[in-house]
Amino acid sequence: MEEKILDVRGLTVCFQTAKGTIRPVDDVSLTVPRGSIVGIVGESGCGKSMTARAVMGLVRYPGKVTGGSVLLDGREISALPERERRKLRGSEISMIFQEPMTSLNPVMRVGRQVEEAVLLHTDCTREEAKARVLEIFREVEIPEPEARYDCYPHQLSGGLRQRVLIAMAAVCRPKLLIADEPTTALDVTVEAQILSLLERLRDAGVSVLLISHNLGVIARVCDYVFVMYAGRIVEQAGTEALFERPRHPYTRGLFRAVASLREGGDALETIPGVVPNLLHLPAGCSFSLRCASCRSDCERRLPALAETEPGHKVRCFLAGEGGAR
Amino acid sequence: MSEILLEARELTKEFPAAGGKRVHAVSGVSLHIYRNETLSLVGESGCGKSTLGRLMIRTMQPTSGEVLFRGQSVTAMREREFKPLRKELQLIFQDPYASLDPRMTVRDLISEPLETWRLCESREAVTARVQELLRAVGLPEEFLYRYPHQFSGGQRQRIGIARAIAANPAFIVCDEPVSALDVSVQNQILNLLKELKASRGLTFLFISHDLSVVRYLSDRVCVMFLGKLCEIGPTEEVYRHPRHPYTRFLLDAVPVPNPSQRGKERRLLKGEPPSPADPPSGCRFRTRCPFATERCAGEEPALRDFGGVQVACHRAESVQTEA
Amino acid sequence: MPGRKRERLENAADLRLQSQLGEEERFWDLMRRMARENKTAVFSFVLIVLMVLAAVLAPFLTPYDENSMDLLHRLSAPSAAHLLGTDEGGRDELTRLLYGARVSLLIGVVPALLSLLLGSLLGVIAGYRGGIVDTLIMRTADVTLAFPSMLLAMVIMYSLGGGIVNVFLTLTLVSWANVARVVRAQTLKLKNSEFVEAARVIGVSKDKIMRRHILPNCLPTLLVLFTLNIPASILTESSLSFLGLGIQPPNASWGLMINTGRQYLYSAPWLCFAPGAAIMLIVLAFNFLGNGLLDVLDPRQKKQ
Repeated sequence: MEEKILDVRGLTVCFQTAKGTIRPVDDVSLTVPRGSIVGIVGESGCGKSMTARAVMGLVRYPGKVTGGSVLLDGREISALPERERRKLRGSEISMIFQEPMTSLNPVMRVGRQVEEAVLLHTDCTREEAKARVLEIFREVEIPEPEARYDCYPHQLSGGLRQRVLIAMAAVCRPKLLIADEPTTALDVTVEAQILSLLERLRDAGVSVLLISHNLGVIARVCDYVFVMYAGRIVEQAGTEALFERPRHPYTRGLFRAVASLREGGDALETIPGVVPNLLHLPAGCSFSLRCASCRSDCERRLPALAETEPGHKVRCFLAGEGGAR
Repeated sequence: MSEILLEARELTKEFPAAGGKRVHAVSGVSLHIYRNETLSLVGESGCGKSTLGRLMIRTMQPTSGEVLFRGQSVTAMREREFKPLRKELQLIFQDPYASLDPRMTVRDLISEPLETWRLCESREAVTARVQELLRAVGLPEEFLYRYPHQFSGGQRQRIGIARAIAANPAFIVCDEPVSALDVSVQNQILNLLKELKASRGLTFLFISHDLSVVRYLSDRVCVMFLGKLCEIGPTEEVYRHPRHPYTRFLLDAVPVPNPSQRGKERRLLKGEPPSPADPPSGCRFRTRCPFATERCAGEEPALRDFGGVQVACHRAESVQTEA
Repeated sequence: MPGRKRERLENAADLRLQSQLGEEERFWDLMRRMARENKTAVFSFVLIVLMVLAAVLAPFLTPYDENSMDLLHRLSAPSAAHLLGTDEGGRDELTRLLYGARVSLLIGVVPALLSLLLGSLLGVIAGYRGGIVDTLIMRTADVTLAFPSMLLAMVIMYSLGGGIVNVFLTLTLVSWANVARVVRAQTLKLKNSEFVEAARVIGVSKDKIMRRHILPNCLPTLLVLFTLNIPASILTESSLSFLGLGIQPPNASWGLMINTGRQYLYSAPWLCFAPGAAIMLIVLAFNFLGNGLLDVLDPRQKKQ
């Protein structure tokens, strides 16, 4: 069995709202093997970003992690006090966000911001820290690192800012890097550069948990994929298996929607309806409202995440029969 | 060929920038749009596509050049002369969250154009027309008195579309109408736009940064880089045989949702996009272009015709053979 | 430009989450939340309502007449008959305080309302029209703000003479500029918002855009300004009356009552303390309520 860098079991996040309690993350279990890129894919509001925040211990009020465990390299971190967790963040586990502008301090030179991360987590001197920053800048292919070191964030393009953030996240050689929609705000040509950068980081020993709504991004770099819908994992499989043999009707619908867009035709394939409001989830399968193969059973009981073949799990009653369309 | 509805002649728009510089958002763009066609405008952020879209419907005036609507120069008109044309030239916004006044009900929002142009005689007629528009964009009539925040992104975008088509415009600019939406909803909106185009005889200028989105909807595609046209031609031709190196890179960069294509060696654009305040001499793409020669630095390429596709590249022939 | 677009998209993502979390809050939801989270604001609101009720119901709350003298009981100390004692004319201090509340509250609310109307109108026009109109309005506002407001009020009152209408006018002229500045800033922000651009594309006229899109979206800010302007007006009027420039006797306002009570500060201190305490309470109450509103209506100030 391969070594797990991240092992999340039964993670649940609750939000108290004026109109009731919702669970944006509901009993999510996932693992990231060492030296791999694992993807979480889903649409907005499906809980993929909240899962990442929960793993980092960054769920904000009024949200609360109400259950589950998070093991980082075999060590339980979800129960650690905030002080301990803060030490882990940036050194053993780090995260980059969608918007590279708001994640950087606008009045501080970018080099110093990265340097700060080094000084915080190691006991090297300023000179050593600066050397490390320049080294990581070169590694993430920031052109003219010495000149960029003294730039302010607004002087850099979106792609460069994202590189700086990746540098900041990777400078302490974390075991796990969580990338939350790292390319969504970027142009396609820059996106391609950032994705190949993530691959190189993986090859350098940093495992990556990549969160994206973009199936193309997931297909390009991930080794294993989790599909989320309305707070739950509905399907998980190796990337090739998932794209060749999607089992869950939601996954299939997504794939067909994307494929029809590429192929054209008279009308595009769609998934009817809208993502359900988490306050009013159906009692059974949360996709039942939009599912063409929905049976009466689906509305009453929640299907379990069941293995259909080694490494491929699906949360659908019909998956085993191959009957879901 | 059918008649030309809208034409841009040598449109240029400059914005003042810090340090006395001028940002060339759009430089000398000429193009025409036929009646009842969809022309897509594709390019990365900062290439001037949104600016060009707004110039076409005169919510912005060009620094130089002119826009002709049904043969008349819209640019030269006075405000008062232009007023009746205002309702012919409409816009669908990118962000359905910001483009609807949060304090207005759906009825108020959709009736605003009807009332502005006095298209209905009574309150009842307005309500009936709003209901009809709601049906046309696939929303239930019961939504009449709800507020925008009660809707999902896709539903809001439908409201925005209902507003845009309410006054029966001739031409609509769609400024990235689906890029803020989820994949499963995006296709619903694209289907709706195509259906409306057919049923109401609309003409679209469809702006997008995503090449994969425009293929389905558009008759012709136009690729922009840094305020200039690179390539313009029938959609399938441009997708199958991209002649401008930039078009090729754009097409290559779109991640394919198929892991078996992963091993394929990709051409990545190197370096950073040049600044629109200080564009390179000659061809604006040359600093990132692997095909660039000395000629590209000295001489700005003009649009040349290649069997219906126009390309602004000195080396279009060799790009084609090397592919 | 693209940066702004992205920022908006980012906000949109937040909003989407918000709508997942039980939908964006409407005005009354916000009020309810304030009621839950900010007890001081609720307490202040109750206090204000009680004071208003007391002022309105004054004739039923006290057996005495506001102005009838009783020279036998001049300057008597608080007792069962006169809970707050009597003043130099033998009038019941509590009665004077209740009737004075009518004047003082009116003086708080009316100029605040007038300056709100004037200020928001000029602010929206300045912000939306821009150019020379903007310059004219805003430079006038700057000049108004540059004067110490008390001095300005004294000069205006001195040239207009006393009387409640003139007090209203004076206080309005002193406080419109602040409103105009805030509303202008808000207008400039809203003017660049996408829904205003959308209205322009549809062909809505400038006046109608200001009326239908910009002003309604300024309302939360205006509400906060209103509650903060009221105590300012009450205080200024108190000072003016204290200086003899405001409400004229025999009418009672709290400021005037302090002014007359001042002469008996040592022999009958209650004549100053009672109206002083009333002014302090109402000013604090409006300030707390205003801050409470600011907290819930401006999400940027939201506490974690």
